[in-house]
Amino acid sequence: MSEMFFDAAPNATRVAPARPLPRDYPATKPGDVYLFGTCVVDLFYPEAGLDAIRLLEREGVRVHFPDQQSCCGQPAYTSGYTDEARAVARAQLALFERDYPLVVPSGSCAGMFRHHYPALFADDPVLLARAQALAERTFELAEFLLEVCRVQWRDQGPPVAVALHTSCSARREMNTHLHVRALLDRLDNVERREHDHESECCGFGGTFCVRMPEISGAMVANKVESLERSGAARMVTADGGCLMNISGAMEKRAAGMPSEHLASFLWRRTNPAAVSQ
Amino acid sequence: MNQAARIPAVELSSRQLKANAHEALNDAQLRTNMRTAMDSLIAKRLAVMPEAEREPLRELGNHVRARALSKLPELLERLEARLTANGVQVHWAETVEEANAVVLDIARRRRARAVIKGKSMVSEEMEMNEALEAEGIESLESDMGEYIIQLDHEKPTHIIMPAIHKNARQVAKLFEQHLGEPYTEDVDELIQTGRRVLRKKFLDADIGVSGVNFAIAETGTLLLVENEGNGRMSTTVPPVHIAVTGIEKVVENLRDVVPLLSLLTRSALGQPITTYVNMISGPRKAEERDGPEEVHLVLLDNGRSQAFMDAELRQTLNCIRCGACMNHCPVYTRIGGRAYGTVYPGPIGAIISPHLVGLENAPDHPSASSLCGACGEVCPVKIPIPDILRRLREENVKPPAAASAHPLRGQGSKYSPGERSLWRMWVRLYTSPRLYRAFSFALTRLRRLTPARLGPWTLNHAPPRPASRSLHELAREHLDHDRRGADR
Ligand code: SF4
Repeated sequence: MSEMFFDAAPNATRVAPARPLPRDYPATKPGDVYLFGTCVVDLFYPEAGLDAIRLLEREGVRVHFPDQQSCCGQPAYTSGYTDEARAVARAQLALFERDYPLVVPSGSCAGMFRHHYPALFADDPVLLARAQALAERTFELAEFLLEVCRVQWRDQGPPVAVALHTSCSARREMNTHLHVRALLDRLDNVERREHDHESECCGFGGTFCVRMPEISGAMVANKVESLERSGAARMVTADGGCLMNISGAMEKRAAGMPSEHLASFLWRRTNPAAVSQ
Repeated sequence: MNQAARIPAVELSSRQLKANAHEALNDAQLRTNMRTAMDSLIAKRLAVMPEAEREPLRELGNHVRARALSKLPELLERLEARLTANGVQVHWAETVEEANAVVLDIARRRRARAVIKGKSMVSEEMEMNEALEAEGIESLESDMGEYIIQLDHEKPTHIIMPAIHKNARQVAKLFEQHLGEPYTEDVDELIQTGRRVLRKKFLDADIGVSGVNFAIAETGTLLLVENEGNGRMSTTVPPVHIAVTGIEKVVENLRDVVPLLSLLTRSALGQPITTYVNMISGPRKAEERDGPEEVHLVLLDNGRSQAFMDAELRQTLNCIRCGACMNHCPVYTRIGGRAYGTVYPGPIGAIISPHLVGLENAPDHPSASSLCGACGEVCPVKIPIPDILRRLREENVKPPAAASAHPLRGQGSKYSPGERSLWRMWVRLYTSPRLYRAFSFALTRLRRLTPARLGPWTLNHAPPRPASRSLHELAREHLDHDRRGADR
């Protein structure tokens, strides 16, 4: 039906790119992967990064963590400081040259590699080719565990009700809210509690939370209320930024529930030694 | 005329988005009204847009709009030629002053005393009511929502539902106060009251004004959707009909309208189709018994061509003004439309206003978003609104005099050498592994010294607590040496 509309003369007129990009997952599990820890996990939730490494290693994958990695460049990029973002992005681009998959325990940093790196290097054919190749093999942790490692787990923990918060980039750029849900639903003793306005942003938005603190504060306050109403005993999320935002707001209000990164939760539930600790 | 004098009064508060937002966030009534209304609009849209149908249709809508924009100049000429052949008089206006001058000329020639208006956001851009009233001509809004806010001397806070921020009780009070009607919160009765007052005005008006949803080049047709019948009345009862619209509203042919119309009504109010679909193709013909004697179309630029010049920003002009981006926006839902201080609020307002009034008059609009992407996800014509917001932030922090192929009006409105040098330090930190190592060592080892108050962060959060050791350190311990290299 639509062919007849596709005779548009392109000139300077753009059509919208597909987002999330449709993707095919590798049919076989690779022997090696890179892990990009992300700047927030590095300094605030390093255990979650280590748990991500453990989860991957248990699937028989060798994890490489180039020591010179730092930040994907997103904070500057979303603040409009594009040149500065590009400088940091270029340094990361140089660290992941082999054709190993790049696994990222954060939907928004994965989205940065997958969607925005090619845009950042659009004017440089050499770097663009590298950025595109990297985008191709960038995976958010949950989708990698589910679709590539095809994990088979046994839940080892006691019954618990959890609420899942999905970051907006995981949802809208990576489509990985579905993967995280599927992973949690494989744990027999974990009851996933939906909360109202689940798909709504928690108000983090990188530098948005400090540029517009009042608006951001109203958003996170509502998010905390929704999570509380869900009756869940814990909150999990696959993004360090949202985790810092929501748990920080809960702590300030002396409200809410314990919260943690998805990788830590998954590792604890599926590792007998960790459960008994 | 100097720039400052040209800015209409309503735009002035657009420079104080944060202060406006502060007020709105503390208005409990507004917060409840908005959340309730937006939740219901979200549900309505979802009910009529099953996913399987939605995505191909959005794709199609995007391509139809992209094709129209790719030949915009040619289509506008074709539109003008066709309309003229149909007996419609076409006027071009680069600025709102020119557009108002056209309207006032017609009004003077017709010795008009009263104008009745259907809903039109372009007429809001023009502040047409004020322009007419300054000439002693009564200008009355006939859309129920517009009528309500006109009574209360307000501006629309939503592009589809101008009075969405008010609840029935507030409207009841207003009607009681201004129309001397007995107090009732019965919505049907309130609407009947409004209708009764307006009915007579349609018959008395010398000119009817309307907007346009799609201007069809192939046939010279102005298509207008509405639910109240006031659009039909405004465009057929008075002896003169003036339609006002932006230059981007043109589409190539009638076939193109099919997907766009379906996307528009479903995205806006969750309707398969509106109650009225008006297709206006000319004034009353000799053998016809009704319809206006004169039909005019005013095509307004007002900064749109600035967006048109840039491949990325051009996509802003895809907009079919459905309002879905606003309904789904967590920021708009919380601060309402008035806080933006611009004619178009919400995500579409944040990306179009910089072209209409200049970045200097909407300096915080691109930043008033967490870039959550809800707007881009629902936009029926797939405008990548978050990407455009980010791009406008880039334009906003550029040095005002930086060279650019097509500089935007107000470029560099948020330029701050201080902030720029902070980001440069950030670059040094994150591109020098040695420096970063020292920094993270200090941060983790001195974690207990994190101050209790940390700028805006601690307004909403407990102070951040760095871990005792970074992931870099944990990985160094956990992984063997050959898995930590940079592979070079
Ligand atoms: S930007 Fe998209 S969603 Fe927003 S009003 Fe325009 S068409 Fe509708």
